[in-house]
Amino acid sequence: MNSSNILHVLNLLTPEIVLCGLAFGVLLLDIIFFRSDSVEHRHEQLGCSVIIGLVMVFFIYALQYMDWQNTFVVGHGAFVASRLNTLFKMAVVGLALITVVIGFKTPYSTHVGEYYGLMLFSVLGMVFLISSEDLLMIFIALELISLTLYVLTAFQKGARRSVEGGLKYFIFGGFSAAFLLFGLSYIYGATGHTSLREIAGALQGDQLAKVPMKMLGIGILFTLVGLGFKIAAAPFHLWAPDAYEGAPTPVAAMIATGSKIASFVALTKLLLIGLPAAAGSALSWPTRWHSGWAGTVAIIAVLSMTIGNFAAIMQTNVKRLLAYSSVAHAGYILVAIVAIQASGVPAPSAAPAIYFYIIIYALTNIGAFGVVNAIGSKAGGDDFEHFTGMARRSPYLSLLMLIFMLSLAGIPPLAGFFGKFYLFAAAVQADPKNLGLLWLVAYAIAMSAVSLYYYLKLTKQMYVLPAKDPRRVTSNPAMNTSLGLIGLMVLLMGVFPNKVVERFENLNANPYPIWEAAVPPPPQPEIPVPAPAEKPAVPAPAAPAPKS
Amino acid sequence: MLTWTIWVSFIGAGVIMLMKPEKKDLIRWIALVVASVGLLIGLFCFFTYDLGGSNYQFGNGDGVAWIPQFGIHFKVGVDGISLPLVLLTGIIAFTGVLYSWNIEERLNEFFGFFFVLIGGVYGVFQARDLFLLFVFYEIAIVPKYFIIAIWGSTRKEYGAMKLVLYSFAGSALVFIGALALYYTADLPGGKTFDLDALASANFPVSFQLWALPLVFVGFAVLAGMWPFHTWAPTGHVAAPTAASMLLAGVVMKLGAYGCLRVAIMLFPSGMTANVTLPLWFPAGMSGLVIHHFWSSVFAIIATINIVYGAMVALVQRDFKFVIGYSSVSHMGFVLLGLATLDLTGLKGSVMQMFSHGVVAGLLFAVVGRMVYERTHTRELSELGGLIKAMPFVGGVFIIGAFASMGLPGFSGFFAELLVLIGTWRAFPWLLLPIGIGIIITVAYTLRTIHKAFFGDRRNDMTKWDHLAPVTIQEKVASLMLVAILVIVGLYPPILLNMVDKSSDQFIKHHVKPSISGNLARQ
Repeated sequence: MNSSNILHVLNLLTPEIVLCGLAFGVLLLDIIFFRSDSVEHRHEQLGCSVIIGLVMVFFIYALQYMDWQNTFVVGHGAFVASRLNTLFKMAVVGLALITVVIGFKTPYSTHVGEYYGLMLFSVLGMVFLISSEDLLMIFIALELISLTLYVLTAFQKGARRSVEGGLKYFIFGGFSAAFLLFGLSYIYGATGHTSLREIAGALQGDQLAKVPMKMLGIGILFTLVGLGFKIAAAPFHLWAPDAYEGAPTPVAAMIATGSKIASFVALTKLLLIGLPAAAGSALSWPTRWHSGWAGTVAIIAVLSMTIGNFAAIMQTNVKRLLAYSSVAHAGYILVAIVAIQASGVPAPSAAPAIYFYIIIYALTNIGAFGVVNAIGSKAGGDDFEHFTGMARRSPYLSLLMLIFMLSLAGIPPLAGFFGKFYLFAAAVQADPKNLGLLWLVAYAIAMSAVSLYYYLKLTKQMYVLPAKDPRRVTSNPAMNTSLGLIGLMVLLMGVFPNKVVERFENLNANPYPIWEAAVPPPPQPEIPVPAPAEKPAVPAPAAPAPKS
Repeated sequence: MLTWTIWVSFIGAGVIMLMKPEKKDLIRWIALVVASVGLLIGLFCFFTYDLGGSNYQFGNGDGVAWIPQFGIHFKVGVDGISLPLVLLTGIIAFTGVLYSWNIEERLNEFFGFFFVLIGGVYGVFQARDLFLLFVFYEIAIVPKYFIIAIWGSTRKEYGAMKLVLYSFAGSALVFIGALALYYTADLPGGKTFDLDALASANFPVSFQLWALPLVFVGFAVLAGMWPFHTWAPTGHVAAPTAASMLLAGVVMKLGAYGCLRVAIMLFPSGMTANVTLPLWFPAGMSGLVIHHFWSSVFAIIATINIVYGAMVALVQRDFKFVIGYSSVSHMGFVLLGLATLDLTGLKGSVMQMFSHGVVAGLLFAVVGRMVYERTHTRELSELGGLIKAMPFVGGVFIIGAFASMGLPGFSGFFAELLVLIGTWRAFPWLLLPIGIGIIITVAYTLRTIHKAFFGDRRNDMTKWDHLAPVTIQEKVASLMLVAILVIVGLYPPILLNMVDKSSDQFIKHHVKPSISGNLARQ
């Protein structure tokens, strides 16, 4: 590793370094300078500096995005800097920015510095999760996100629900982390690599025969369980409603949007880059169903859509409703993940469709959480009854909520409609000759027809029923503006999706970007060595390996 | 230029939505202006449609690329089938605004939702790209919920939710079918949603046999096809007057139009192909061969619509439910005309769409606005003798009811006659039940006129002495609708010429090529 390369790496990592510095800086600032100030004053000081810092990071990413044409890979994929990744990082940072604006001056706790610091660390985790293509880094980044979010969920120490939600989130999360680590260790044990690209290499062609399939299968299954928890897919979703309901609304927004984007990107990468050879097939069940992750993901997708949509019907709390709806939406996205590798070759639009949808989904949800926060903090709660007659009390916020709900339900001309169309079209496209995935798509469309019922139920509360309390509900101009912008984006991305689609398709045109190692892998001869050496002896020594 | 009907409605909706609800008169007048702009553009195009020219007119040629990655175009245009429906939308929107003149509550939102719905309907009738058509179709779904749930009456939230979920479930079927056909179509020009290109795709018959019912039923849910019609009466009854006019007058036609423009146009062989049912017969017979299977199935269902709707209408006690079920019955004629796949039947079907649109608009206006809002009851047993108190209303209703019965001299007569001729050619064995249905139609119509407007002498008729007088807006709107019924009834060619031309084109280009050799019809 020579110095020029270190500089290059540092150059690539500039925004992450700034972000990390910002997180520590906020903590230190709070401890050193503002300890004695009033909570409100600290909120103002720290909130504004976080906003300025995040805007700065956002612009560094934007510069990187415009500047780069190549993909840079650091250390076997521990950090991959590509335009696509940068786009997601911009999205995550932007969402964090909105989260800070939404939660500005909402007095959840007196620990202001910790609140912002943890939030920034969680964003750092998301950013690293998006950029890593290495099992270890994926795990570390995921844990960074999770650990900070556990604390943030329970941040409202006085409220029982908050603590309960945090505890549930923590216990489920701990289990799932164990599952994930166990699964990743088996994948490593079976293939001998932690880098996704090298894992894919070890599974290619005739190499595949040398891999212990059972071990790999168990590894993939456990990994899917672990990641299924992060994306709140059924049946690993049980923490979500409680965590969403209990957590301070900005934190819930963060769990529902930023962390979802990062987790979905990680899942897509793991399956698309690392394990395409183990996809199997979920086409035209049961005749063309081959074992592999595609079938498992299809089952998880069906469960998520069913449980998410039907459980959402029963809800009377808006945040719980959004939690179950996010389970359902995870199901829709998984439909396209099934399609990624459905017929042996990567489906051309599956990955862009997933990317488009998670961005749309995150935008819509952060908007919805913003409205919930604005209304909930004034009306005294997040139950349906607090939203009754809101169209009279707060026409602007109600209109925005209507837009977000209809977008989630998939009504044109809002972005959610095109997002769903894109997802489902990509899924059918995976096997266009025999329409092999049409069964799954048909199920998803039927389920999204069910979803209209509960989204309309909420809007009915706001628009149809008369208000019990005639006082108007208003929110601050910064929040109004940012929510309005989100609403406008949801509308525009629905009416003119072509530009965004074009961008994603171009960025994704080459899913295996050229390996341009910023740091050349130092032990050059090592790459060919482990492959032949380990393979014959794999079943016996690899089994104890993960236990260590 | 016709596209402006869509944009004016959407822009109008936005402007009205943003206005202060207190400025009621201003909102009403703006709404009237927006509706009349749509109507005038429709009228202008209707009278300047060139019968000798190309089939599709007032469009934008091959369209503008909208989402090129999926071959989705913004491609619009109308032929002689859709132009009358565009005009019908204008008429119903205009009269709907006039009949809504008395709404006081949340007026800006009412007309906002109203014009979003109208804009969506205009869009469906003009779209020539399947994706575009679907987008407009879905845009038209949600406003109905709010209009009914907020401004409606009897069990409004139930009726609204049922209607919206039925429509959305139907559109989900269409969505599945659209995705399947998009990837199945093997076209030289690449994947596209362009309806004309898709129509030339020659889908395999085995594909058409399952895709056709999917798409057809998906659209027909909105056309009130039995057994998916139950949303219609409850929805119509719950809706405020302008919305029931729109629902029965225009929105149900969206469904029928979708059946014609998408299902039949893309899958004609699916309609006409023979299906062998795997039934076991003694010695040597492999199964039961049904000729032109789906066409027959839909014709039978349409007949059930006609007879069943009429029978249920006969026993209703609620005035509005009678009209609601009569809509179900009359939409049966539309579906029957489509199912015959015969030129005359198709023409009759389109004529019936227009005619029933006007009739249903008129009847719902009489029941919902002119009678119910004055008497505050719709029970037929409590009404009676209204003709003395409201001679104008009675007269209008009787004319509308006669038109709905299919009396000569009104538009309905000619439409139903054409459908019956088409049926005679395609399914002569269906004429007997249809005849019975027509007799029942006469029975329930006369019963309703009698009970509501004349009634039992024992009834106390003095209770109607103090009803509010009929307003000028109601008179203008009613006379307008009656005039249209009579004009089209006395001089059908005003409509029939263009319907004839485009139906002929439709049969020649889309239905005939698939029938040759397949169907032994004449």
